[in-house]
Amino acid sequence: MPHPLRGKTAIVGVATAGTGEAHGRSPIELLGEAAVKACADAGIGLAEVDGIFAATSTHALPTLSASEYLGIRPKFTDGTNVGGSSFEAHMLHAALALDAGLCDVALICYGSNQRTASGRLVSMSEPQPFEAPYRPRHPINAYALAANRHMHQFGTTREQLAEVAVAARGWANLNPEAFARGPLSIADVLAARMVSDPLTSRDCCLVTDGGAAAIMVRADRARHLKRKPAYFLGGAAAQWHRTISQMPDLTVSAAAESGPRAFQMAGLSQKDVDLLMLYDAFTINTILFLEDLGFCPKGEGGRFVSGGAIAPGGRLAVNTNGGGLSCVHPGMYGMFLIVEAVRQLRGEAGERQLKRCEVALVHGNGGTLSSQVTAFLGGPAAL
Amino acid sequence: MSADAPKGGPEAQYRAFLAQGRFMIQRSRSSGRHVFYPRVAEPGTGATDLEWVEAKGTGTVYATTVNRRRPEDGGSYNVALIDLDEGVRMMSRVDNIAPDKVVIGMKVKARIAEIDGAPQIVFDPA
Repeated sequence: MPHPLRGKTAIVGVATAGTGEAHGRSPIELLGEAAVKACADAGIGLAEVDGIFAATSTHALPTLSASEYLGIRPKFTDGTNVGGSSFEAHMLHAALALDAGLCDVALICYGSNQRTASGRLVSMSEPQPFEAPYRPRHPINAYALAANRHMHQFGTTREQLAEVAVAARGWANLNPEAFARGPLSIADVLAARMVSDPLTSRDCCLVTDGGAAAIMVRADRARHLKRKPAYFLGGAAAQWHRTISQMPDLTVSAAAESGPRAFQMAGLSQKDVDLLMLYDAFTINTILFLEDLGFCPKGEGGRFVSGGAIAPGGRLAVNTNGGGLSCVHPGMYGMFLIVEAVRQLRGEAGERQLKRCEVALVHGNGGTLSSQVTAFLGGPAAL
Repeated sequence: MSADAPKGGPEAQYRAFLAQGRFMIQRSRSSGRHVFYPRVAEPGTGATDLEWVEAKGTGTVYATTVNRRRPEDGGSYNVALIDLDEGVRMMSRVDNIAPDKVVIGMKVKARIAEIDGAPQIVFDPA
């Protein structure tokens, strides 16, 4: 029995704005440009947007700021903030709101100028009283601790972590929009500056600017628009902790819960997935999520990615835009996962286009491995 | 709560105990489970029968990292997650050893140290 939300809504417009460096432009300007371009991509007028979903690193009340800036008066608003995974959560909430008739045209949007404004991760996150005295570097220490634990328990190596960065760079080299392009070897990653053991600067995502947006409508309308719809097939969120010191097991993320629930809702299994868009804030993320989402057994992620397995020409297509590691990462990256999935499903990905892409898994991560949101998008053949 | 508990919420009480030189953590009377960080109720069950007990102060390194810094910026320092023998985990650091010599499984012993003017728990190799 298919889940009642499966295939009921679709993303029909996507856009990015100012990815990389956007000198002299503010977060809301990047958000606004992406939103307007996503409307144009969908062939839907901005004035028709009556549902807004937004989270940023700089707006305490993001749906209010975005709606005022765009001059819209939404009937449904959702400013859920679960870090970088917010936009996958928004997609699930938009599917619910659209299906319930609470709004007809949903806009999901993001914008950040953190690279040119500050050159480092911008976060509104409050200090954690039981961690802050030890001066943890946020967020890298949390991911370094997880990598340290994974290496200890499963024999994962720094070379295997580096494989993830090298694969991402391989895809970025096929993507003209990617910020970090050019050769990158495992030796380069290992020889890069150690930041937080065992992670070097090349195990870390980029700090870029960028805006991104998506337009979502019900399937009956999606079929009559100009772009090939990317149907929402299912989604699920899970969260087990906020601070890394409260994560029950640093080698198992809540993706182990969100994944199975999302797979069940979408009526899909791992073999049905053509593209994985996994939130790669650090190289350990990709390994953890491949395991937790069931693409390899727990502990095998390092060996699974070895030998270029997730690079162009490998056995599994992962993060074909180049990921947060080499394409774009303006603080919260989740919106960009959705954009790449839609482009691949439409067949618009240029040199990096997959031969077959009917089902894309989009997995958002937020906080310090805290919020995990898994969603599936698919082309008409996946319905 | 124990009769001699300082005033305020559990976080303030925890810090007041530290200021007295005592490393106290909570334990649920009904489940016997220890709780850290201090809360108004046992996580998961909501049990409000939490009492303060003296932590043994012994634990094991669960995970560790080194924040690499140039010597002129203060040098590299350790950040670790410590599993207390009572079964709770906390972030801290291991002192009196080079930061990159701290390893998973290392037995450690708690000590109250002053950090930025406030008493905090740090650990030494046991």
